[in-house]
Amino acid sequence: MKGLNIELYKKMCLVRKAEEMIQYYYSEDGMKTPMHMSMGEEAIAVGVCHALKAKDQIFGTYRSHAIYLAKTQNINDFFAEMYGKDTALLKGKGGSMHMCNPDGGFMGSSGIVASAIPVAVGASFANKMSKNGKYVAVFFGDGATNEGVFWESLNAACLMKLPVLFICEDNGFAVHTPKSEREGYESLTDIVSKFNCHVISEETTDVEVIYNLTQDGIKLMSDTSMPLFLHFRYYRYLEHVGICEDYEAGYRSREEYLKWLERDPVKLQREKLLASGINDMEIKNIESVITEKVMKSITKAKEAPFCRNDELFEGVLV
Amino acid sequence: MRSITYCDALNEAIAQEMERDSSVFIYGLGVPDHKRIFGSTNGLVERFGKERCFDTPLSEDAMTGFGLGAAINGKRPIHVHIRADFLLLAMNQLANMVSSYRYFSGGKLKVPMVIRVIIGRGWGQGHQHSKSMYSIFAHIPGLKVVLPTTPYDAKGMLISAIRDDNPVIFFEHRWLYWQAGEVPEKPYTVPIGPANITRKGKDITIVSTSWMNVEALKAAEILARNGVDVEIVDVRTIAPFEDDLIVESVLKTGHCIIADNDWVECGFSAEAAARIYDKCFGRMKSPIERVGFAFTPCPTARHLENAFYPNAITIIRAIEEKLGLEPTDLSGEEFYSHENRFKGPF
Repeated sequence: MKGLNIELYKKMCLVRKAEEMIQYYYSEDGMKTPMHMSMGEEAIAVGVCHALKAKDQIFGTYRSHAIYLAKTQNINDFFAEMYGKDTALLKGKGGSMHMCNPDGGFMGSSGIVASAIPVAVGASFANKMSKNGKYVAVFFGDGATNEGVFWESLNAACLMKLPVLFICEDNGFAVHTPKSEREGYESLTDIVSKFNCHVISEETTDVEVIYNLTQDGIKLMSDTSMPLFLHFRYYRYLEHVGICEDYEAGYRSREEYLKWLERDPVKLQREKLLASGINDMEIKNIESVITEKVMKSITKAKEAPFCRNDELFEGVLV
Repeated sequence: MRSITYCDALNEAIAQEMERDSSVFIYGLGVPDHKRIFGSTNGLVERFGKERCFDTPLSEDAMTGFGLGAAINGKRPIHVHIRADFLLLAMNQLANMVSSYRYFSGGKLKVPMVIRVIIGRGWGQGHQHSKSMYSIFAHIPGLKVVLPTTPYDAKGMLISAIRDDNPVIFFEHRWLYWQAGEVPEKPYTVPIGPANITRKGKDITIVSTSWMNVEALKAAEILARNGVDVEIVDVRTIAPFEDDLIVESVLKTGHCIIADNDWVECGFSAEAAARIYDKCFGRMKSPIERVGFAFTPCPTARHLENAFYPNAITIIRAIEEKLGLEPTDLSGEEFYSHENRFKGPF
């Protein structure tokens, strides 16, 4: 499993490094798009996406940096879009919240909580109708399960036996509102498990565990033609939107964060590589290659031109 | 040429397109049930099976997003709502997702989706089963909004809508379902965009939408006997709204009444009036008049419902006032009523 764990580490490193660089450069005001950062969430994004095949499709939310990079690895397009440049696929029309790269299997992300969930279900229906064997995965926060459309979509997917993975990335908050202020029940997974779907829930930050659980889930889906609901916990390191910490705001504590930080997914995976006999130098080499790649993308994005103003009207209709 | 009803024209368009293109499918609450959306989905489930013609949970929001997902993955869904009012449950998907998905995919994804919606005037339908609201959707960039009046247009425009690579919201007035007219058997298209002059005249232009075209025609027939020559322009598409024929007509007649099958306030008639003023400024003989629903929720009791909806008489009185004519004696005239035809409960 050495090879697998290196691959997983590389992907998580790419996400972490990209976001560290966003933190570093954001004050220059070149990236004029609100940042909903993925820090803390990397193991879920990478673990699930790594279990999917290249042809499979994913949908996300406004907090999509990690899943976008985990799925597409397209760091050049990523930074070009953050800087709103002509070289980006979306030419700055989408920004951080609305990444999209259909050729890479990233089918889009929505800034309105839960709104991409039914779209993923419909995409999955089309795949089933075409018998192309593609799976669709949709990522959302636990806040999305407060929205009616989540339940509507889950119901339809279970009813229609669609090959869709619902991935709940549970950080306990909807913006700053905790579960205790939002939910009239104890366990989300208990309720979801009453539907005709498979439910897997785990409180782990180990990317390898998440990868394996997702693989198991996909196997269950293919054996039974039922959707899969994955529930993973994580801790959002930074503020809801923005590049800073917000432990001074009073709605959560730094102590809580520090506890989660002890099992930070990137750190955990690095330690695992060391324990498996890969030496520190080798890991540092991997890290510096990734850093260089990220830095190149940023330089390229900064140097790239903006698109023409009349691009504004392109792509509204066919 | 044979004459068929508006309802049968819709049905034929769907069946022929499903036959031609296996990516077309139709779904929505009640689509395959025994009522078959007033008969407009007759025979489809028998011919194309449950995979391409199916019922749904009561989940307008999710099932709209579902159509979007299928459309961006290469299918051509037709989603049906038996009342326009129910579309409000899907407003998030329509306004935040469906309309803008192409734009936010860098033009990579297309959204060939049709949403059929029935405007529910009937027999005491009340305030939640009778709205039109099409201007709300025309306000949003990225949606096409059409409202055919004739059986010929119903078939041709529905085929155009199904073949269109953009989301099209297709409004069908319940009373139009019984109107018959000449419709070719073979598939054909009527373009989305251009209006249609359904009656040539030189004295005054009536710009009308959906059912109000039928009322306008009745008004024109009555006034013709008094020597008033009315020109009627059926708008047919309000997004994208092509105003050339309307402007041309108003420049010719110098007078314009906009008869809209919806509320006047902030509605399509305001958009049409603004365009006409912009392009005909200083060349009109009188100000534009607008006719539409009373600005109230739709009441149920017959006499109140009749007061809520404008009709041919409303149009006749508006024309007379505009042209400075004495009121015509209408006592011997017969006007459209589904009093004996439509008994409910639906």
